[in-house]
Amino acid sequence: MSKLSVRNLYKIFGRKPKDVLEKVRNGLGKEETLAKTGHTVGLNDISLDIEEGETFVIMGLSGSGKSTMIRCLNRLIEPTAGEILIDGVDIVNLKKHEMQALRREKMGMVFQHFALLPHRTVIENVAYGLKLQKVDRSKRREIARHWTEVVGLKGYEEARPSELSGGMQQRVGLARALATDPEILLMDEAFSALDPLIRTEMQDELMRLQAELHKTIVFITHDLDEALRLGDRVAILKDGQLVQLGTPEEILTSPADDYVEAFVKNVDRSKVLTAGSVAVDIPTVGIETAPDALLKELAPVYSGTAYVTGPAGRYLGVVTAAELRQGVRRGDKDLREVVGESAPTVDTTDTLSKLFSVAAASETPIVVVDSEDYFQGVLTYRQVLEALDNSDTQVASTATRAEPRQAELAQS
Amino acid sequence: MFDFLGRSFPDWEIPLREWTNSAVNWLVAQYGSVFDAITDALLFLLVRVEQGLAWLPWWLVVLAVVALVWHAFGRKIFPALLMGGLMILVGTFGLWSEMMTTIALMVVATAVTIVIGIPIGIFMAKSDSVRAVLKPILDGMQTMPSFVYLVPVIMFFGLGNVAAIFATFVYAVPPVIRLTDLGIRLVDKEVIEASRSFGASSRQTLFEVQLPLAMPNIMAGINQTIMMALAMVVIASMIGARGLGQEVLRGLQRGDVGLGLEAGLSIVILAIIMDRITQGYSRRGQAATQGA
Ligand SMILES: Nc1ncnc2c1ncn2[C@@H]1O[C@H](COP(=O)(O)OP(=O)(O)OP(=O)(O)O)[C@@H](O)[C@H]1O
Ligand SMILES: [Mg+2]
Repeated sequence: MSKLSVRNLYKIFGRKPKDVLEKVRNGLGKEETLAKTGHTVGLNDISLDIEEGETFVIMGLSGSGKSTMIRCLNRLIEPTAGEILIDGVDIVNLKKHEMQALRREKMGMVFQHFALLPHRTVIENVAYGLKLQKVDRSKRREIARHWTEVVGLKGYEEARPSELSGGMQQRVGLARALATDPEILLMDEAFSALDPLIRTEMQDELMRLQAELHKTIVFITHDLDEALRLGDRVAILKDGQLVQLGTPEEILTSPADDYVEAFVKNVDRSKVLTAGSVAVDIPTVGIETAPDALLKELAPVYSGTAYVTGPAGRYLGVVTAAELRQGVRRGDKDLREVVGESAPTVDTTDTLSKLFSVAAASETPIVVVDSEDYFQGVLTYRQVLEALDNSDTQVASTATRAEPRQAELAQS
Repeated sequence: MFDFLGRSFPDWEIPLREWTNSAVNWLVAQYGSVFDAITDALLFLLVRVEQGLAWLPWWLVVLAVVALVWHAFGRKIFPALLMGGLMILVGTFGLWSEMMTTIALMVVATAVTIVIGIPIGIFMAKSDSVRAVLKPILDGMQTMPSFVYLVPVIMFFGLGNVAAIFATFVYAVPPVIRLTDLGIRLVDKEVIEASRSFGASSRQTLFEVQLPLAMPNIMAGINQTIMMALAMVVIASMIGARGLGQEVLRGLQRGDVGLGLEAGLSIVILAIIMDRITQGYSRRGQAATQGA
């Protein structure tokens, strides 16, 4: 069961949303609906599942319905139709006080403009959710003190929000949302109002916290770089409709339509694409292989290099044709004596931005292994550059097009 | 001559006068006891406040005003001493006890106005339809000459201080209502959302977020209310309120310009003092809610 499930969710703004709903269901678009009925379509038939512990990013241009979406999840905005299931319970039918209890116990929210209580101190702000939970004063101050420290604001407990910088204020916002230990964290453009540098810092902070806390996070942004950086999965909204849902790499490598493609165009791919997604898988040879047999195959196929795996399939190293010849001369039965570690190895999850120097320095292809040392493929500097080129959106099939590209690269 | 051009207005008649008179009469007959009860309660309150003020030694009152101004004004000593001096000046006019009477009337009238005005302002902020109904009524209350409603007020409450309190209420309540409404509506929507998102009920949001953040505006409303109440002092004396207004009136009636000036000056001094105190607190509230 998913932590959060949304089923056929609609939100229509206006005087008589129920009347307009039928028309929207029958395919009336956002613009026509506004022109014909004066109603604004906020959300149009959204269905998605968000898993426990996942960072789920919702993105889209201004007015695409992101804020409406996230506010439906805690019913700050009442949906017009559809279901929202949290732990399998449809919250749309909860009574007012039940919904308030659910917000108190399970959900925390972080806002674009921080939305701190200006007349309260930092620690009182952090303790706000606890106060609503009726935690007694000394206890809630203790918990609030802890979270204030976790977000790096020790010493500022008694300051007023207005005395803090934007980044620090949002740390208070984050601490306030975390203090009640909610299972679900809703973040509406939480970092959009911050300077780029502070913003990256806050993203790091969030990722650091998330690695420990494993919350279910719904994060809204209109910035694809941020979406791809933070999101385990990304949903893209347009005019209240879900146009694509997938992992950052899926979004990047196969955008669903022109709208998504326009987003993807300006993204810094090197920070998103990983070695694993770009690596070209090629056959490996077992350590038990006889050197002379391998030598016959090797020369024409792999430009003289073979990738050797152990009995359990784990990557061991490389052999070159020259080394093999020595082995044959010595009369080796297998590759144990000749296998070497001359090729650099990287992890599948390393982003390309980390590989530039390795790729530039290495004569041989880079070997990509997973966290358990299983061989995942190889990649050359050429493939790295290929993957980063977004003048053509079909980047994925690097291997087949490596040759003609080489000429282009040489020219540029 | 046959008036086919319509030089004089035809005798179409909407008997508003009769309607109003009979409505007022009916109300008095029907709810006389209610008005009497209200009168008694207000009178009781007023007498207590007045007696309390009269009982206090004069220097203690001056000291209290000095302390209040000092506190309201961010602990600056000069304005505080100036206000104290002005109070003593009124005493030297021989109008001390009249001033105490007027202060008592002010305190009760503004208290009634605030206690009724703020909740109405809250309702107005919460509901657009309440606002739509109240707005023209408030406009009417503010533009209508106060003499117009003095008559029915006297019919309900008789001549005297209570009628004065009610006339003051009608005249002075619009700014508190308006500014309470405005203050609440101006509170950052995201902050209210934040409060709700952590599970606050609408009452908790109102008392812990909206009202505190609306306070500077509400204080500005209270300030205006007090000023308008003071402006009513002279008019109220025409329907039997005692105090400084009565002295002004006496000065006018007897052609005693000196007395009129002294009493008038005293009212101005009272206005300045009350304005300083409420503005000081309003500004401090602003500093607390907006930082800086
Ligand atoms: N209270 C409302 N009344 C009427 N229309 C609304 C209301 N709130 C949102 N809308 C409309 O619903 C659509 C979605 O708005 P929403 O605020 O969810 O967009 P968004 O993706 O968050 O945009 P942004 O990036 O600007 O925050 C917009 O067309 C907007 O005009
Ligand atoms: Mg938004």
